[in-house]
Amino acid sequence: MKKALLVLEDGMVFEGQPLGYEGEAIGEVVFNTAMTGYQEILTDPSYKGQMVLMTCPQIGNYGINPEDAESHRLWADGFIVKESAPISSNWRSRQPLQEYLSQHQVVGIQAIDTRALTRHLRDFGSQQGIISHTNFDPERLVQQVRRAPSIVGRDLVSQVTCQIPYEWKEGSGNWKPTLSVHQPENKQNFDREAYRTVVVDFGVKQNILRRLIDIGYQVQVVPASTSMEEVQALDPHGIILSNGPGDPEGVPYAIETVRRLIGWRPIFGICLGHQILGLALGMKAHKLKFGHHGANHPVLDLRTRKVEITSQNHNFAVGIADKTDQESLEPRIFPTKWGRVQITHRSLNDGCCEGMIGLDTPILSVQYHPEASPGPHDSASLFYEFFKMVKTYHE
Amino acid sequence: MPRRTDIEKIFLIGSGPIVIGQACEFDYSGTQACKALKEEGFQVVLLNSNPATIMTDPDLADRTYVEPITTEVVERIFERDRPDSLLPTMGGQTALNLTVELSQKGILDKYGVQTIGASYEAIHKAEDRGAFKEAMQQIGLKVPASGSVRTREEAFQLLEPIGFPAIVRPSFTLGGAGGNIAYNREEFENFIDWALATSPVGQALVEQSLIGWKEYELEVMRDLKDNVVIVCPIENVDAMGVHTGDSITVAPAMTLSDKEYQRMRDAAVMIIREIGVDTGGSNIQFAVHPETGEMMVIEMNPRVSRSSALASKATGFPIAKIAAKLAVGYTLDEITNDITKVTKASFEPTIDYVVVKIPRFTFEKFVGSDPTLTTHMKSVGEAMALGATFKEALQKAIRSLEIDRFGLHSLHGLDGQYSSVPNDQNLVAHITSCLQTPTADRLWHLADGFRSGLSLDELYAITSIDPWFLEQIRQLVEFEHTLAAMGTIPDSHPSSRSQEAVDTHQPSQDLLDHAKKLGFADERIVQLLSRNLPHSQTREPAPPSHHQVTYKRVDTCAAEFEAQTPYLYSTYGLQCEARPTNRQKVVILGGGPNRIGQGIEFDYCCVHAAMALREEGIESIMVNCNPETVSTDYDISDRLYFEPLTKEDVYHIVETERPLGVVVQFGGQTPLKLTLPLEKEGVPILGTSPDSIDRAEDRKRFSELLNELGLRQTRNGSAQSPDEAHRIAAHVGYPIMARPSYVLGGRAMQIVYDSDSLDRYLQTTLLDTSQFPLLIDHYLEDAIEVDVDAIADRQDAVVAGIMEHVEMAGIHSGDSACSLPPHSLSQNLIDEITTQTVALAKALGVVGLMNIQFAVQHDRVYVLEVNPRASRTVPFVSKSIGVPLAKLAMKVMVGKTLRELNFTQSPSFKHMSVKEAVFPFTKLGAVDILLGPEMRSTGEVMGIDKDFGWAFAKSQAAAGLALPAQGTVLLTVKDADKKATISLAQRLVNLGFALHATRGTATFLEEQGLTVEPVNKVKEGRPHIVDFIKNREFCMVVNTVGSTSSQEDSAPIRKEALYQNIPYFTTIQGAVAGVMGIEAMLRENLTVRSLQEYQGTPRGN
Repeated sequence: MKKALLVLEDGMVFEGQPLGYEGEAIGEVVFNTAMTGYQEILTDPSYKGQMVLMTCPQIGNYGINPEDAESHRLWADGFIVKESAPISSNWRSRQPLQEYLSQHQVVGIQAIDTRALTRHLRDFGSQQGIISHTNFDPERLVQQVRRAPSIVGRDLVSQVTCQIPYEWKEGSGNWKPTLSVHQPENKQNFDREAYRTVVVDFGVKQNILRRLIDIGYQVQVVPASTSMEEVQALDPHGIILSNGPGDPEGVPYAIETVRRLIGWRPIFGICLGHQILGLALGMKAHKLKFGHHGANHPVLDLRTRKVEITSQNHNFAVGIADKTDQESLEPRIFPTKWGRVQITHRSLNDGCCEGMIGLDTPILSVQYHPEASPGPHDSASLFYEFFKMVKTYHE
Repeated sequence: MPRRTDIEKIFLIGSGPIVIGQACEFDYSGTQACKALKEEGFQVVLLNSNPATIMTDPDLADRTYVEPITTEVVERIFERDRPDSLLPTMGGQTALNLTVELSQKGILDKYGVQTIGASYEAIHKAEDRGAFKEAMQQIGLKVPASGSVRTREEAFQLLEPIGFPAIVRPSFTLGGAGGNIAYNREEFENFIDWALATSPVGQALVEQSLIGWKEYELEVMRDLKDNVVIVCPIENVDAMGVHTGDSITVAPAMTLSDKEYQRMRDAAVMIIREIGVDTGGSNIQFAVHPETGEMMVIEMNPRVSRSSALASKATGFPIAKIAAKLAVGYTLDEITNDITKVTKASFEPTIDYVVVKIPRFTFEKFVGSDPTLTTHMKSVGEAMALGATFKEALQKAIRSLEIDRFGLHSLHGLDGQYSSVPNDQNLVAHITSCLQTPTADRLWHLADGFRSGLSLDELYAITSIDPWFLEQIRQLVEFEHTLAAMGTIPDSHPSSRSQEAVDTHQPSQDLLDHAKKLGFADERIVQLLSRNLPHSQTREPAPPSHHQVTYKRVDTCAAEFEAQTPYLYSTYGLQCEARPTNRQKVVILGGGPNRIGQGIEFDYCCVHAAMALREEGIESIMVNCNPETVSTDYDISDRLYFEPLTKEDVYHIVETERPLGVVVQFGGQTPLKLTLPLEKEGVPILGTSPDSIDRAEDRKRFSELLNELGLRQTRNGSAQSPDEAHRIAAHVGYPIMARPSYVLGGRAMQIVYDSDSLDRYLQTTLLDTSQFPLLIDHYLEDAIEVDVDAIADRQDAVVAGIMEHVEMAGIHSGDSACSLPPHSLSQNLIDEITTQTVALAKALGVVGLMNIQFAVQHDRVYVLEVNPRASRTVPFVSKSIGVPLAKLAMKVMVGKTLRELNFTQSPSFKHMSVKEAVFPFTKLGAVDILLGPEMRSTGEVMGIDKDFGWAFAKSQAAAGLALPAQGTVLLTVKDADKKATISLAQRLVNLGFALHATRGTATFLEEQGLTVEPVNKVKEGRPHIVDFIKNREFCMVVNTVGSTSSQEDSAPIRKEALYQNIPYFTTIQGAVAGVMGIEAMLRENLTVRSLQEYQGTPRGN
């Protein structure tokens, strides 16, 4: 049997079998607890710089299909599973996972004790790791991984953002969320008008774009480095700050642009977009021990006291610089240059700030993924909430 | 939202006796609900007729009624206790149906009782097929085309839009009962006729069949703030067409992409909202077309279900407990996750292992039953296993079933083979035909399919089982081939049969390690390796400890948070999370999957053992693999190992935990069988010594013991061959009782009247010679059978209960009704039985529980058998006498004396308790309901009252066959019973009943001066007896038969009585008890009393 090694920065070694492209890969090892959605995860640009460990043991069962990609390529730098399926079985499948990984040159490892690895990351924090199919000298691999640059402070966005602006036209089609509660109250309003939005691409997941189309927006996607003036020249009704990889402090230029856009038009921040917005508002960023990566994260809407089961993928978070911050499940309001901002959502797991809204200026943002994919559709209504904000602003 | 303050006293309904489709999962849910509600300070009033439940332990509720689950009883309870609310969602279909009835009869309104959890409207919307279909269409979801019909003509009209295959089922029977798939007009016509006749309202449902579609289940929770979470998606390995209770199922869902799963999740959330289940758990089933992905909603259970129990055990999320808390006002975010202690219940569990459940069947006990798996459930139990991968979990689940298979054994002698092309066309054709109809053996036939050269595509075409699952099985078969090849010594080897050759052809450690990771049991590895070896050279695998078994925790969150609760499963990994403590501890072995003869009663005992250890300050470690049980709740024991009950798996746990000892006497035959093998490995066994257990089990040693003590036994012998069987039978004298050794529940046990019948028995019932030695006893005709439960420490032995069977000796004790205390035995006999019991307990050195069966014939006492373990009747006796026997026994085993426990005298009685058995006949089709020595009941109920008559009447009502107060009784009895029938008939006449009888019986009774209307037997022309039964002209049937031919003649009578739900008695003793019940009912009105009132303060604690 062929073998492969995974070696962590702290010297922990896991021996398993090779998966995917034969070679070597380095990245920050993070675990994701979603039980479905490996294709969406592999193609999510937010995973740039990371190697993803799936805690769910059987991966690849339903294969790969053209509809479920979140971008035009795979971004994860490595893939770690308990057991990958040699065949795929699903009416939509076009390709088995193993072939897909090899074809896109993603190096992986399988048949390791993934739970032991997860617990290690939980207890000692996310860290850099190396997967090798060719070199089985743990000592050398540790040295190699320790030399690799850390994810903190790095600009990974520039590696995943689009090079030129483009218009997006495709909606969710058959896969539109069907939860009735998320349908707009007066649907005709949404169908008649088409608002223009600009999506700043920090590594956008295509499902954000699809959901915007579903609602009836015109969608223009622009590179992360687009300046305030260039955005303003497009004259959108609303601006979406997308998700993306890594540390929000790695993209100071984006923070600066956003700072200048606050108050000009309604802004909706998602994930990294939320963090960038938060930093622009004067909040503080911090790195989480092992991040939130999964599709089962309970988030409390502090205003309605209702719980959404959310899809999450972040290593960093923003918060108001206040020690008691995380304990408060009240919808706290804090002052900014642009008026009052209210914390609207918190994680029920660790109290982490998961969303906020501007009370005096039209901004809305969430740390989690209302577009889901993978994950539950509980938060799909946020797109409508933003739509209402845009509508109110322009009426 | 905090706890509701507008309600104080909650009425909770249990699910009654264990039947197919409703097993101990509702004890699990009821128990969790009771505990959760008590914890919140509510008063709980409970009704359940099943004494073998933990939920009916008197300290779990304020008022516990072990009474029939009927509206009359509920009304009496409402009058006495005045509850303000009713929680209907914990007791299965029984509780829902009763709630509907209570609501329709206006009883809830009359007593001002409100339903919590699910309203009458929600229950109706979910349960009524028409209303449900409409509700689904309302929210844009698809359901299979269907309609209900009242005539054959209507049925054929409806068939046009629906087409074949079509499902036909009778309306308003217990969930899923009686569904059949028709593929042609002839079948359709037959099924319609049958369904119309079976339905209590003469209505049949015809539905589009989704046979072959993929099947999924989602467990959904909702709170009062409309937060909804999905606890777990479960996928059925068997496609649509096999009832989910009979399907192999797996969690999480394996072959759905995220988009597909989320679409299903959206639907589930919409459904629970639309149906209007306010709070708690519901189970929703979906079908997905394998080629188009089209999704249909199959059904919704607006209550906790068998699948909820499975999902709870699979994830660690206690659905019933949380559902109870939600029902009284809490929201999900207000409830802490017990496993992590830091996160909240408002999340969706994610699991980092694979869970496989396999159902367990008992067709062999029901001659003439149809073993085809179809849309109504036939399994009697299930085993669940957890593993790091599907393959590991599957193989663990197989050996958890305890069906003498440790893996994918070939059923066609093909072990070790693997072929990519068919080389034996006959074999391929045979296996194909085995696979075409789903049966209990399909999984093994699939493996043989690969062995014989059938391809994955071919197997998919035959079975519609998803290719992903087939591939997993293929991989196992292929690996078995590799492993077996290692065990094959080439014939060219100079000494191919020598030990040296064997030793040099050892598989590598790597290969063995890999085998263990794939879930292979040591037994299976040895089998595969020694396939080609002479028996003497069977090699042992590497010692168990050689492979590094590790234990992982079930934590609801895939290790994202630290698990505080030690709920463990084994796998072969890097890191072990068992973290055993240094405390004093005891391992309790559970009973494994439910089967006939071993079920909830034993789980009850295991749970009590754990509670007793806790009281003694000793750590309890539970080992079991049955997801339906209370014992596998993570808060029952200090540590829970969800593991197969095999020597290998138990040994690993003992190695890890190093307990004081292992308890084998509570889990029934399963752990008892492990006693000697475990002792051989040096594992200490607590309580009665393995040698004593063997002395009671081994016929020869047992006879010696009885001789020593001067106790009487029927003439008997043990035969090793058919010839010897005949010799011994002649010696002991016909009729004889024949049975294989070491059986539970009377498997293959039969009364044989002559030597021709013995031949037939040897050829058909016994099947093969591996069942020898055969035990042969002289059968005592017309003897009274007596069951005794006793408890002993090293000094004292105390008789806890003497139960007199209603049916004569020869009917399996599990199938016989019995009365505690005896209703007809003299004090002398009782004293004699007590003396013999004490003598046996002392001679065997029993420490803990013991059960003895006696027979009394002509005032002489015979010892039939002794079981030095907890018996099926322990919970019944405990409930009746108010002493927790299993707890006492556990304490005795860890060193307490009965004197210290203040239990030194047999209890005295102020009331009578009757236990009655409940049978699965209606579920299994063409089966005769005559009772015999082979146990066939699935469950039991208890009737308590101040006299035997009422207690018996209650037990019948609780079993679903309420005794009549007036009408016409049919009598048709064998010659030997005719004399006894005279007084029976006279008493019925005195009570105002009219009598009908078949000619022989009628003539006889008329000669005695009774007025009897003769009726035709089936052969004698119409209208005949069955016509009368169909027309419901009889209110009760008494039918006793002797010879085999008269049994066959009269079978249609019993079958029809069964379908028409008419009380029937197949023994004269039973009928006499029935008459005593009717006399009591006509003498005075129904009264109810709680266990707490019967018992005063519990003693013996």
